[in-house]
Amino acid sequence: MADQPRTVLEIAAGVRSGTLSAVAVLEEYLAVISAREGEVHAFNLVLADDARERAAAIDADVHAGRDPGPLAGVPIALKDNMCTRGVPTTCSSKILAGWKPPYDATVVTRLAAAGAVTVGKTNLDEFAMGSSTENSAFGPTLNPLDTSRVAGGSSGGSAAAVAAGFAALSFGSDTGGSIRQPAALCGVVGVKPTYGRVSRFGLVAFASSLDQIGPFTHTVADAALTLQVISGHDPADSTSIPEALPDYSAVLERGVAGLRVGRITDLPAGADDDVSARLDAAFAALAAAGATIVDVTVPAFTYGLTAYYIIAPAEASSNLARYDGVRYGLRVDAADTDAMYMATRTAGFGDEVKRRIMLGTYALSAGYYDAYYGKALRIRRLMTQDFDAAYQHCDVMLTPTAPTTAFPLGAKTSDPLAMYLCDTYTIPSNLTGHPAMTVPFGVGDDGLPVGVQILAPSLGEPVMLQVAAGLERAAS
Amino acid sequence: MSDRLTIDEVAHVAKLARLALTTDELRVAADQLGGMLEHFDDIDELDLTQIAPMTQPYHLVNVMREDVEADTLDRDEVLAAAPEADGGRFRVPSGGGAS
Repeated sequence: MADQPRTVLEIAAGVRSGTLSAVAVLEEYLAVISAREGEVHAFNLVLADDARERAAAIDADVHAGRDPGPLAGVPIALKDNMCTRGVPTTCSSKILAGWKPPYDATVVTRLAAAGAVTVGKTNLDEFAMGSSTENSAFGPTLNPLDTSRVAGGSSGGSAAAVAAGFAALSFGSDTGGSIRQPAALCGVVGVKPTYGRVSRFGLVAFASSLDQIGPFTHTVADAALTLQVISGHDPADSTSIPEALPDYSAVLERGVAGLRVGRITDLPAGADDDVSARLDAAFAALAAAGATIVDVTVPAFTYGLTAYYIIAPAEASSNLARYDGVRYGLRVDAADTDAMYMATRTAGFGDEVKRRIMLGTYALSAGYYDAYYGKALRIRRLMTQDFDAAYQHCDVMLTPTAPTTAFPLGAKTSDPLAMYLCDTYTIPSNLTGHPAMTVPFGVGDDGLPVGVQILAPSLGEPVMLQVAAGLERAAS
Repeated sequence: MSDRLTIDEVAHVAKLARLALTTDELRVAADQLGGMLEHFDDIDELDLTQIAPMTQPYHLVNVMREDVEADTLDRDEVLAAAPEADGGRFRVPSGGGAS
């Protein structure tokens, strides 16, 4: 691994100008993968040959005077729930093992058009259900900073890939924190954009009203550039929003003077003391840089976990009904269709996926719908109203990203509720659809990274990135 | 141990979800799901009668487009991914399936 990982901006600028070769850059990253992937297990699939071919084509473009695009020659990794035509897409589930999608996800198409080079498909909690990447059918991803610890989840493979230097940039999906929590635990930047900003066409659905795709990077500037590439309207995604894209990179040097940063006084308890201390330090750093710290309240925040763990499993139980052994993936033969459905799903899904399907099925079943799902949907609106009211008094809010630093493997696998509590601070943005991101801000008592989360109102990516850049400057 | 859900209730949910659980798995599921439902009781203290449900973050309208021809997925490529196909169709076992 290079001592100082090159940024996306440096790689793309070098390759576009001809001072760096995409092939040479790729080989550096492949060498790091060869050296450490065995102990980290970030990938379900490494695409070294395809990547070499692609990198050579990009160098050829540059030599011929063609511009390969804003991500020219940047080695990237894709969470293995994003469809890649002709390349296996498993969702880390036995039920999709070996399946090769007949189309590319829109983000995959956009990244290719921007000149990126895909080095592999990364490991995840099965169907993105989990907070540690221990629920993968293919074994856990370990934290590259301490391989006795988890990488977080569900996009643990993508977070680990950037942290370990296996890729300069990676992508995850975030349904309840699945980009931000692993980014925090691995010490990298992670962004969940506003719902609808990035097309989900070709992202295998978990909970459709919550899922959103976003990047993992080493720097805020790299995240801003990447958002510029993947954001924007897509006719193939009916939830894609048409609003024009601002220039995300233009705001990064503006500083935070005059901005109002909200501190949520009724934030649910549960963060470790060393994590809370880093959050306090983040507020102090922004105040020192000229921001005003404002106390705000979000009373419904505390009910987010319950609302989420009813809504997400309910949507999942519906979305995952498609895995029935008929059109793709695993089939376990049986005498009739009903027996075949049951045998296929029982053999194909892991324990956590079954647990969530059952929870969702229960919450939607006759007699319980109003008591659980109906109430959860009302809390979702209450939460959004509370945030909108708080944003009358501040431009962004800060919280911890995760309650703890990276925890030991196996520490929470026997207690699903303890695992769910990892998502306490990240869930509200998925319920509201608002953007949120995490930036590394120092370390905890164990020397492992702590992430600070920046919350912003709908389409508030510019001010969110502006504050993130301020925190990044203060942390360096 | 949570006694919020009975084994029979969990067995009914599993059947609705087309999952076959062993007796031991049903017992564990009843305990774990019951524990979650107890945690979810925190929302019972809220009066939500004046709050309308919110199903997704944005008000969606029907998205219409002109009726123009466009490429679709290749039938052979799609069928090639199926466990079994026959004569341009997905092939499945006989109906049966008494619920």
